[in-house]
Amino acid sequence: MKYAFSFLAVIALILIAWLGSQIPGMPYLFGIALPYLAMMIFLGGFVYRVVQWGKSPVPFSIQTTCGQGKSLDFIKHDRLEAPDTTAEVVARMFLEIVTFRSLFRNTKSELHDGPKITYESSKWLWLFAIIFHYSFLMVVIRHMRLFLDPAPFWIAWLEFGDGLFQVGAPTWYMTDIGLLAGCVLLFSRRLITRHVRFISLVNDYFPLVLIFAIAATGILMRYFLRTEIDIVNIKQLAVGLVTFSPVIGTEIGAIFYIHLFLVCVLLAYFPFSKLMHFAGVFMSPTRNMKNNTRAARHMNPWNPKIIPHSYGGYEDEFREFMVESGIPVEKELPPKKDEEKDEE
Amino acid sequence: MSVPKLEQLSQSVVQGPSLAAGAIPTRDWMDIPVKFTPGSYAYVAKKDKVEYLNSQSGLSFPNAREWSPEDDDWKLPEGWKEIILKGLQERLGKFRSLKIFMDCCVRCGACADKCHFFLGTGDPKNMPVLRAELLRSVYRNDFTLGGKILGKMVGAREMTVSVLKEWFMYSYQCTECRRCSVFCPYGIDTAEITMMLRELLHLVGIGINWILEPVSNSNRTGNHMGLQPHTFKDNVEFLVEDVESLTGVKPNISFNRKGAEILFITPSADVFAEPGLYTAMGYLLLFEAIGLDYTWSTYASEGGNFGLFTNNEAMKKLNAKMYAEAERLGVKYILGGECGHMWRVVHQYMDTMNGPADFLEKPVSPITGTVFENAASSKMVHISEFTADLIKHGKLKFDKSRNSHIKATFHDSCNPARAMGLIDEPRYVLDHVVDWVEMPENTIREQTFCCGSGTGLNTDEIMELRMRAGLPRANAVKYVHEKHGVNMLSCVCAIDRATLTSLNDYWTPEVGVCGVTELVANAIVQEDETRGELEEGLRTMVF
Repeated sequence: MKYAFSFLAVIALILIAWLGSQIPGMPYLFGIALPYLAMMIFLGGFVYRVVQWGKSPVPFSIQTTCGQGKSLDFIKHDRLEAPDTTAEVVARMFLEIVTFRSLFRNTKSELHDGPKITYESSKWLWLFAIIFHYSFLMVVIRHMRLFLDPAPFWIAWLEFGDGLFQVGAPTWYMTDIGLLAGCVLLFSRRLITRHVRFISLVNDYFPLVLIFAIAATGILMRYFLRTEIDIVNIKQLAVGLVTFSPVIGTEIGAIFYIHLFLVCVLLAYFPFSKLMHFAGVFMSPTRNMKNNTRAARHMNPWNPKIIPHSYGGYEDEFREFMVESGIPVEKELPPKKDEEKDEE
Repeated sequence: MSVPKLEQLSQSVVQGPSLAAGAIPTRDWMDIPVKFTPGSYAYVAKKDKVEYLNSQSGLSFPNAREWSPEDDDWKLPEGWKEIILKGLQERLGKFRSLKIFMDCCVRCGACADKCHFFLGTGDPKNMPVLRAELLRSVYRNDFTLGGKILGKMVGAREMTVSVLKEWFMYSYQCTECRRCSVFCPYGIDTAEITMMLRELLHLVGIGINWILEPVSNSNRTGNHMGLQPHTFKDNVEFLVEDVESLTGVKPNISFNRKGAEILFITPSADVFAEPGLYTAMGYLLLFEAIGLDYTWSTYASEGGNFGLFTNNEAMKKLNAKMYAEAERLGVKYILGGECGHMWRVVHQYMDTMNGPADFLEKPVSPITGTVFENAASSKMVHISEFTADLIKHGKLKFDKSRNSHIKATFHDSCNPARAMGLIDEPRYVLDHVVDWVEMPENTIREQTFCCGSGTGLNTDEIMELRMRAGLPRANAVKYVHEKHGVNMLSCVCAIDRATLTSLNDYWTPEVGVCGVTELVANAIVQEDETRGELEEGLRTMVF
């Protein structure tokens, strides 16, 4: 059971952090050493992966055109779907990354008796992905408040927007709910949609459970276990971490260490997992290349030197036939040699 | 292999054990081994063809032998596993696309029901995501830290003979149509995966005859069909005679003529068999109508390039003839006929592989003076671009009623649509020559469905597979046939002209297949013509 394993793994991680952080002296491990280590793995691994990708050349221009290419002036060019200039590529990539445009196109096919195949628009995956990713992004940005002293004014604006509905006290953030819901929706989709369940791996369930647990512990701290933690100490630690002078004041609370430890695991896991799609989407050659390959030459750094079967060789083999049927040749037949050449 | 009756297959695609239709497999895909039975695979390459190709400079097609996929022993070379893994490593270093596509997939499943092979066969391993996992699982095992440590738990598996067999099965149940890559949020292109799988398989001598024989023919005789120069010329001359007896106008043609302004290259299938022949007649008539100064070549007598379906070396070697011949003949530029994969190669690979073609000139239509800026570097223009421009400038006179026996629809071929963006040019042409309607919107333009037999899979021994894979296309044809009385499926692809004919014969026998240029030529009004009432256009039998 791939999804069950993911739960077990996350539960084990929680227990490690919970029990571990209670041991005297261990807060330094969970609060300082591990975060630094995780961040190093994350940054180092991330850069390493991107550099590794970058090291491999893009030998051919393999853009996928999803609309009319630039051609005659009376044929309307689809600038976003078959970009011809760098600006158009940037626009295509921007919409791809910011609005998940390709997912938005998604359809669902169904086979009916007849046979008859039908296609209908299916935007659920797009919607779940949008909820999940934007909530996650907002949560990460809001956390900057903890690391920056004084917290920049625009974070307060974002927080105000995020809590616009003013439900509960302290005000619930929409993106907190969004992140939890996103995890649940994407996870459920994996279980319920038959073909997605069939292809899903532990690698697919685990990050969702992990992120769910991170969000859940965060929410617990903010809304339910406020008394268990000391926000001033947390801020002090966070600011200390980014200024390379971390201090751990009085006891912060186990729930915080669980939350932080899970984040560390996520950071360290990130570069070695499918989560690298975050960087990969920028570098995908089918999306980030121009469709101008007949107008401007694309270079292949390892272009092998291969020459065609030569015209000379071709004519040598077929000269007689060519002359006989009146096809022009480079070399005429030798005048008085009617010895037949037997070609296989 | 016999093909099941229409009723049987119609039921089977919906009610058979098909994941696409709702059946849920009970075992993990890694635990389901492939089984080769007659009809499930295309015949393997003949020994002499592989030997010939292996002997050609720049090419490597090792391990020529007699063998069959149904045998347990595939007679793999010594150390085959190392060859494969080394080959994979080498390709990871050469293709960024491969690395990124191996690393980025999140298995969201958006691609699954976009594949015509999946829809038609319901086989889970025909979901693009799983086709890639077949390779990705091995990549994880040998090239990623997680895979090395955690193994099967994270979807890694060792390279074994049964994995290799699985690769063979499923890389030849993909037509590299790229429909999945339109829907993938990261643009992961299964065509790239399939190409890599096929390249790797060739390293150990696994390939199919329907591809390697045309490749060797094309290398030696200049075209896939293996037509020798005099035969090629004869074939075109027959068509000239046909055009003359139909219209009273005898098209002027020449072969290998130095000093011609334009070199015309089209797939050899067009001068070989129906219904492509009518498209070729269309070219002759069209060029005659505008008095084009062009030549055919017998040396570069193939527009298509089955090398694309083997490895990039073979693709380059075959393609190189186009520029070589254009240079030898001293033409100004090249005009290309209707073909799908040919235009993938010409548009996305040719200039990179075999350019720069600085011995040619920037293409200019000699009739309208239009400069084809979009082909400024590669110097090769598509016939639909060329014709659309002629029409726009009023250089062709049409009598649309000459196509009144036809109610057409238009099939976007995969490569022009998704690897080139040639979508509206043929439509512009059709608007002027024939009454036509579109198929449903999820089956056209960039979302077009493959004929089901591309990438060298148009061989008869896998006919049932082809009919299944072509079902989504056939279904859309049937829809417009029933709704609008469509009786002709037009396209700009030579493989389509052959494969859609088989497909329609099976699923919708009332609908024929033709090239766009055939419809153009049907409608052209020429000076000095003496054509009577041609009830079926160029297809009319004249005695």
